[in-house]
This record gives sequence, structure tokens and C-alpha cells, in this order.
Amino acid sequence: MAKSPRKTTPVKKPAAAKRPPAKPKPAVHSTGGLKAPIYSASKEEMLDFYEQMLLIRRFEEKAGQLYGLGLIGGFCHLYIGQEAVVTGLQTAINPGKDSVITGYRDHGHMLACGIDPKIVMAELTGRASGISKGKGGSMHMFSVDHGFYGGHGIVGAQVSLGTGLAFAHKYKEDGGVCLAYFGDGASNQGQVYESFNMAELWQLPVIFVIENNQYAMGTSVNRSSAEDQLYRRGESFRIPGVQVDGMDVLAVRGAVEEVLKDVRSGGGPVLMELKTYRYRGHSMSDPAKYRSRDEVQDVREKSDPIERLKAALLKQGVKEEDLKALDKKVRKTVMEAADFAEESPEPALSELYTNVLVEQY
Amino acid sequence: MAIQLKMPALSPTMEEGTLAKWFVKEGDEVSSGDILAEIETDKATMEFEAVDEGVITKILVAAGTDEVPVGAVIAEMAGEDEETGPADEEKPASASKAEAEPEATEEVKPEIMETAPPAPISRADDPSVPAGTSLVSITVREALRDAMAEEMRKDDTVFVMGEEVAEYQGAYKVTQGLLDEFGPKRVIDTPITEHGFAGIGAGAAMGGLKPIVEFMTFNFAMQAIDQIINSAAKTNYMSGGQMRCPIVFRGPNGAASRVGAQHSQNYGPWYAAVPGLVVIAPYDAADAKGLLKAAIQTPDPVVFLENELLYGRSFEIPEIDDYTLPIGKARIMREGSDVTIVSYSIGVGLALEAADNLAGEGIEAEVIDLRTLRPLDTETVLKSLAKTNRMVVAEEGWPTCSIASEIVALCMEQGFDDLDAPVMRVTNEDVPLPYAANLEKAALIDSARIVAAVKKVCYR
Ligand SMILES: Cc1ncc(C[n+]2csc(CCOP(=O)(O)OP(=O)(O)O)c2C)c(N)n1
Ligand SMILES: [Mg+2]
Repeated sequence: MAKSPRKTTPVKKPAAAKRPPAKPKPAVHSTGGLKAPIYSASKEEMLDFYEQMLLIRRFEEKAGQLYGLGLIGGFCHLYIGQEAVVTGLQTAINPGKDSVITGYRDHGHMLACGIDPKIVMAELTGRASGISKGKGGSMHMFSVDHGFYGGHGIVGAQVSLGTGLAFAHKYKEDGGVCLAYFGDGASNQGQVYESFNMAELWQLPVIFVIENNQYAMGTSVNRSSAEDQLYRRGESFRIPGVQVDGMDVLAVRGAVEEVLKDVRSGGGPVLMELKTYRYRGHSMSDPAKYRSRDEVQDVREKSDPIERLKAALLKQGVKEEDLKALDKKVRKTVMEAADFAEESPEPALSELYTNVLVEQY
Repeated sequence: MAIQLKMPALSPTMEEGTLAKWFVKEGDEVSSGDILAEIETDKATMEFEAVDEGVITKILVAAGTDEVPVGAVIAEMAGEDEETGPADEEKPASASKAEAEPEATEEVKPEIMETAPPAPISRADDPSVPAGTSLVSITVREALRDAMAEEMRKDDTVFVMGEEVAEYQGAYKVTQGLLDEFGPKRVIDTPITEHGFAGIGAGAAMGGLKPIVEFMTFNFAMQAIDQIINSAAKTNYMSGGQMRCPIVFRGPNGAASRVGAQHSQNYGPWYAAVPGLVVIAPYDAADAKGLLKAAIQTPDPVVFLENELLYGRSFEIPEIDDYTLPIGKARIMREGSDVTIVSYSIGVGLALEAADNLAGEGIEAEVIDLRTLRPLDTETVLKSLAKTNRMVVAEEGWPTCSIASEIVALCMEQGFDDLDAPVMRVTNEDVPLPYAANLEKAALIDSARIVAAVKKVCYR
């Protein structure tokens, strides 16, 4: 049973233990809890968020359709419903400087990193022009140019890898922060906690982003998690946590603004739990018997992140037809990406043996 | 503007399905996200959602129709969205493009997915099967489930644990029905914590229980490999035989279909390298059942490697109560005098297919299914070599340090005088498995490559 996405919740700083606190805890937390401000966005910014979320949604709908047509194979994990999370977070970071890493549900993150939808879609169809030359597939995509470090198929692996990216930021003193995204299910993996410990111990600039979409395949959070308030999962490592309504792009953006200030100023890791929801099955082959149709419909009707922002935009006096025009533009982009992904040739057979090692020995 | 709605592929391996139910009728208006129909495959029931807005104009495949091929047009819809008209116009185009696609889609399916030729030696001819025993046809998936259920009925220390094994009925539906019969005490859903629950399983086994630990796939058992090797495999030895670890680690292994490098690996050679483990990799349903039962019964830790692409395949199995097979015995699947093809798991089907093709060219191949990778049945392999004097090993996995390499070493050390030609390995290409359909096909072993290798060792 899904709980409705909750408001931001106060985070108590755990009572101090013997070790002297290595850092003053971020202001947002030590002042008695996060009162994450709702981001006050300009109309232009809001329109930008709207367009980005719409792009992800339309892209994913198209990917689902191409899968049904047999143009995409294997697994394909759609991000529909969760658009506000990645949009709110990615618009706040510094693209050239910060790093991003996530799991297999990665198409939305790539679009939010500004990666060309064409080469993402072409990877989904396994074509030579895909971002991994067709060799990676939907779960394994990367763009070092965009600070996007994947795209990982093994649940939980990205959390340690992301901590390592943060280690590199600190080591190189490049001022970067790593956003390590993972699911509610992934949050139970052991390596997550090993990473939490080292991240705090070494004060690494990493934001652990739990995308709590309530389910890991067919297992709801409360069937898998002894502590189901996931923002508290860092407490025994002294990592402060915040819980944010992940269906509200402005709340997400507001929260991360505060968190980023702390992490950038050397405050060490912070954990963000974004309460969100996935509308579609886990992957395309999910029978979805573990939740009712009504539950999904209810979230769609009451908390859809795109509809919510749309309502706010209309309230601000944006015209319905302007939003329609935006939708048309986005559809066109997606259509072009799909055509490109269908028409691009498959990789040359010689590619089978390239990129196994860098050097020849 | 008509939009064709086609039977969707809802899983990597789906080729056809049943159109169980329509939720819309002709004339209904639908919008993106509406549920149009319910589709069933052997694995699951799934809902088919509308992607476009419009009106359903025609329903072409009635509810209740079985064996609807993926890609068949099941309904037509009129798009009504004027504003997005130009953008939407690609739909029929993309649909007609898809029409030209079936061959490509066929190609996507690795050859190993085709139904393999039946083994010429029937189970009924097995000396251990009493004369007159009837044979029934069941899938590998059912055989595995039945083996677990039978052992759980007999022995209440046997329990199953893993991700999605209970309420979801198994990610690949292998544990279907077990929760209903045995309840949540014995059919246990775990969080996604492979290292933890493999260790909990091993500890429970040390404590006197008989766990069956399912890995959703063996790719994820890499998180747990320390507990499998350092804890489960070595305990008996390190304790001087006092402490046992009777546990079965099971799940699908090897390449599936288009799931990419991190989800497509054969761990047979990895586990077979470890003293203290029993490693089983069955091909057909009878072995799946008989050997899984043996694995649950044995006091030793067992790694039981299944194959997703074989789960849905049906085979004949003798109708015998408590059908249990001996661990460590290979099976001659087909007799032949000119050459021996040794294989295991999904490779056996390819070897049989190759043997059929070779017979057409006058080469009679003997096909051996190793069934158990550790301990290896060296006797059966060497006996066959002494008979045919030529050998090819077919393995869906990497070539280096493979089971095939091990068989080659065996022939060098113990069968050298019987060899009329070098033993050849036929395996996957030595690369991480690529996603692209054409590259994946090129990377995976197929029967044509086995045929070519056989001809080579036969100097033909
Ligand atoms: C180590 C490992 N175990 C199991 C899996 C299979 N698997 C893939 S996704 C998934 C569920 C993950 O759920 P969650 O972390 O909540 O992320 P979401 O899918 O909801 O985005 C599972 C069990 C895997 N890929 N890797
Ligand atoms: Mg989840």
C-alpha cells in the first residue's frame, strides 16, 4: 500500500557519541530539521522544468512503444512518474563540475543531464549511433562529457561507485559533488552502508539520493525495510537525511539547493529521500499484481508531477496553448529521436572485439 | 488517421501470448495510459496500455485468443489529436516499418531459443527407469518447482528464500505456488541483499536446516560469492568433517536475451573450480527435477545452475515417485561413432541440433550432457573418446579457463593415446556480451559453429 508522498520531515541529529563531530552539521539539519523551502522559480524556470519533465515522459512512452514493436530488447525500465526527482536535482547542479550516477532506470537521468535524446534512444535500439555504440543497452549507458557515470545493472553498485566519484572530487579538489541515485530496494544492499560509513568518515562530497518509488520490483518498502523511513538510514553513520516530496519539482529543487550548500562547503555527505512513484511496471515484463490499478490511478490523478506544475503555470497566467505548443515541440524531439534510433544501422561486426581493453598487449 | 495496435512483446523472450481480455470496445475513446487489454504469457499476465489518444475503431483479435504472435495487429485506432497531428503521423509509418521488421525480430532471438531436437535416446530407455514407466511432458520450470515442492513435503527443514520468491511467485515463476502450499515460514521473500541472505542461508544450514537460496539470476550471486565459497564450500573441510553446510544455491545462469553484459554470464567454470562445492547444470526437465531433488537431499553445498531460456521448454520425464538422479553422472544423449560432442546446460540442445545436421552429412556424433560440472564424470567422457577418437566441447560461456578447457586438459592427461585430432572448444566469443542484436548473435555459440568444429576434427 503506497503511502502518500509526505512533506519534508524534520531530521534529528543523532546524539553525539564519543568521536568529536568532524564537522558542524549542515545548517538545514542542525536548526532543528529541514524546513526545505519550496523553490521560488521564475516563470521561465518553471517552463524549463515543465519541458524537461515532459521530455522524459514522452521519451519513456515512446521507448515503451518501441519495446512493444520489438525494436528495443532485453529489459527496459521506464521512469514515468518520477520525472520531478531528476529534474529538480539536475537543474540545481553544475553540469561541467559535478558527477551523476544511477542504476538501470537511467533514461530520465541522461535526458536531464542534457544528453541528446537521439543517441540515448539509439542505444535502446542497439544501434551504432547509440551512446555506447549499441554495446551497452538501456541499463548500461554513460557520458563522461556530461559527468554521467552510468547506467549500472547491479542493484546497489552505483552507491559505492558514486562514493568513489566523490572521493575523486575531494582528492582532486575540483569542487565537484556527486549525486548518487538509487532505489528504495537498493537501499538495503550491504555495500550502501559500507559506503555511508566511509563517506562520512572521510567527509566526501556526495549526496545519496534515494528515489523511493515505494516498490522494488514487486516488493513494497515496508515488506523489505525494517526502517522504512529511508531518510533515517544514515543516522548511525551521522549522515543527516531529508525527506522530500518527490512529486513536486519545486520542493525537490528547494531541498537540494540547501543540501548542496552544505555539501559544497565541505560538510560531508547528506542523504535525500525523495518520495515518488513509478506508474509503469518494474520493467516491461512486470505483471504488476502486487498493487492495485486504483493505487496507480490515484497517484496519477492526485500527485502527477507534470500536471501539478502545469496547474501552477496556468495559475501564473501561462496560456494553455503555450503549454500545448511546448508539448508539440517535445513530441517532435522524441519522434525524431525514435526515427533516428530506428533508422541508424546496427554496429559493424568488428565492434564485437573493440573496447575490451584499452591497450594491445 | 488509423493507428495499428500490435501484440506487444512484454518480455525479452516473449514470442506469442494469449489475448486474455479486452478492457475497451469498438467506439471507446482512450487516452495515453488507459489499460486496453490483458495479455498472458506462460510467465505472467500483463496489462497493455494505450500510448496514444484516440478512438478504438476495430478490434481484430477476440478476447480469449491463444498464440497471438508478437507484432500481430490486434486492433485499430483513430488518432484524434489535431494539434499534435504532424508529430503523430509517423505512427502508421512506424507500424509499417515494423511490418518489415519480423525477420529482424526473428534474428534477435538467439538460435538457442528454438526448440531443440529431442534427444534420440529416450528417458524410457534409461536403465534406471523401470520398463513400462510412462512419460509425461513438463517444462523445466515445472520440473524445478515440483522438485522443491516434493522435498519440502518430505522434509520440513527444507525452506526457500530469495528475492520475489514468495508473493511475486518468483521473478521467473519457478517458485510458483510454493507460498500457497507451504506458507510464509518456509517460502521467504528477502530484501535485495544477496550477500546477507546467502550468509544467512549458509548459517541456517550450519544450524541444521536445509535452505534453498534462489538468486534472481546468478549474476547477482557475485554479491554473495564470498559466502558461497569461503563459508559454504570450506566448512566441512575446515571443521574436520564436524560442521556441514547442506544448502542449495539455485537460479538462472548464462546469457538470456538482449540483457547485456552485466546480466549475461555463465558461472559454471567459476564454481566448478572450487573444491567443497557440488555444481550441477541440467539441460532438460527430467535432469532438472531429478538432480534438484538430489541437490536438496545431499549434505554438501550445491550450486545449481539453471537457464532462463530453457525454463519454458517442455521435455518428457518418467512418471516415477520421488524421481531422484545421481549427482556426478553424465548422460549420453545420442550415440555416435565418429566424434564426441561434450556439452552441458543450454549447449546440449545446440549439440543435438549440430549432431542432426552432421548426420545428414554422414558424420555420426555422440552427444554427452555432463549434467554435473563438479565432480566431473571423467569416465563417461574418456570412454566416449576411446570410442570416437575425436572430441569437440560446446559451451555457452567464455573460452578461457572454461569447462571446455578442463575437458581438453582431461583428454591430454588421460586420453592422449585415443586422440586422432586435437580437441576443439566451441564457446561464446571472448568479450563481454554486447546488447546490439547483431553483435549478441555474433558473440553467442550456435550449432553452425559446432558443426564447423566437428568437421575440422574429422578433417572434413
Ligand atoms: C544485485 C542485484 N540483485 C537483484 C537485481 C534484480 N533487480 C533489478 S532491479 C530490482 C529492484 C530494485 O528496486 P529499487 O532499488 O527500488 O529501484 P527501482 O526499480 O524501483 O527504480 C531488482 C531486484 C539486480 N539487478 N542486481
Ligand atoms: Mg523502487
